[in-house]
Amino acid sequence: MANVSKKKTGFLLPDVESEDGAAFWAGTARGELLVQACGSCGTWRFPPRPMCPHCRSLEVRWEPASGRATIWSYVVPHPPLLPAYAELAPYNVIVVALDEDPTIRMVGNLLEHPEGAINDLDASTIVIGAPVRVVFQVVEDVTMPQWTRA
Amino acid sequence: MLKDATAIVGIGQTAFGKGLPDTELSLACQAISRALDDAGIAPAEVDGLASFTMEPNREVDVARNVGLGDITYFSQVGYGGGAGCGVVLQAAMAVATGQCRVAVAWRARKRASKASRPWAQVPQRLSDHWQWSRPWGLLRPVDEVAMLTRRYIHEYGATRDHLANVALAFRKHANRNPAATMFDKPMTREDYFAARMISEPLCLFDNCLETDGALAVVLVAADRAVDLPHPPVYVHAGAQGLPPQHQTMINYFNDNPLRGPSWTAAGQLWRNADFGPADVKVAQIYDAFSPLVPLSLEGYGFCERGEGAAFTENSALEWPDGRLPTNTAGGGMSEAYVHGFNLVLEGARQMRGTSTSQVDGADTCLVTSGEGVPTSALLLRS
Repeated sequence: MANVSKKKTGFLLPDVESEDGAAFWAGTARGELLVQACGSCGTWRFPPRPMCPHCRSLEVRWEPASGRATIWSYVVPHPPLLPAYAELAPYNVIVVALDEDPTIRMVGNLLEHPEGAINDLDASTIVIGAPVRVVFQVVEDVTMPQWTRA
Repeated sequence: MLKDATAIVGIGQTAFGKGLPDTELSLACQAISRALDDAGIAPAEVDGLASFTMEPNREVDVARNVGLGDITYFSQVGYGGGAGCGVVLQAAMAVATGQCRVAVAWRARKRASKASRPWAQVPQRLSDHWQWSRPWGLLRPVDEVAMLTRRYIHEYGATRDHLANVALAFRKHANRNPAATMFDKPMTREDYFAARMISEPLCLFDNCLETDGALAVVLVAADRAVDLPHPPVYVHAGAQGLPPQHQTMINYFNDNPLRGPSWTAAGQLWRNADFGPADVKVAQIYDAFSPLVPLSLEGYGFCERGEGAAFTENSALEWPDGRLPTNTAGGGMSEAYVHGFNLVLEGARQMRGTSTSQVDGADTCLVTSGEGVPTSALLLRS
């Protein structure tokens, strides 16, 4: 992602006030990676949703993750892509598995540096299973969780 | 019971191409009209309709054009390429349960126009489940499937050569099928490896075509089917599949992402069948992307988990001598990509004995719909 900017970037961004996602995006804006947990049985779930599939409780709480994870898989998209992404292609997209619960997986980009762009890393060096840690980047009014090598 | 209670008795299709002049409605009506003529059934007799939720043409418009009669059953199935076999299954169930007597199932699409590609139309702000993948540049179905493919390669030692086996087998079949988009375009392994990457590890030839076209089938009860012009193609079994904690296309958020919807559909399908995977002599497997084929081979029980890539070795998917000739008209990758509905028609042709790559003695055929999305499958028999 680009550096801090409030102007339109052309990226597809989340509605940070969506019913299911608002607490997650409010967390990233504070520099926290929050995972939704069942308020009754405590099981983590991602992406967030209203009901716990284990105990059907509607109670939720948000718990901070350590931000430590490993790379589960990755791709390198090439055009045709939406213009904002095509400009950066080829870039990497990764899926990470959180250390606390490897079935909690998140999509992100692997960056060479915390301030880096999604295309500044040599994708041939990406290794499944490699440890990564979360960093945060602001794009328009959204704080995106991103990842660098741990 | 559904087993052999109904049969496909008519098939019809339009030409396949890019930028066909006809509207989607016109294409749908042409395919349905041809299928009815093929079945020897008058439009006024049609009383059941089944289609995709993504179908652009409404039942009312199809009925008003083709001149259909009193429609007493109409339904739709969701999830894009996962729907095809499910649509035929809806038609079969409706006939088998007496909700209608002559059912038509169809798909019409002008995919080749950019505006018809759903991922090119997402709104700028994402409030649904796409907010968890698209912002980071995982934009297209090919990116989403490539993510699972890379993991599959990592876990099971699959290679791009295995994916090439899939693409090359289907291209060879298309080269024998004059209706196929790629009829006169042979492909070599060198061509495959020279192709540009679309989403690594997937290249251009791991992707399906972009096609305009329409196809339709007509179903009636088995007792009537025997009196019609063509040999009946019996719907032996059918199933849909949506596994626990599945998320469509971005199925990364559960314990077992590589155990896709095929496994769920397969369980139901084989439970209701008189035969098993070893008895199936020809298959039509949904191939929007080449890696969906090994994943489906595993799901439907042709091999063990992790063995789907190796299954493609020794020309196993190729007519005439492969262990399981697959996508014998060329499939979505080399015949046409009409959301997998062309696979249903090729399954029917194999059971009639009229495929351009006819498998000797084929009396059963598996047809599948999308892997990686809530899916469906059919077992056809002659």
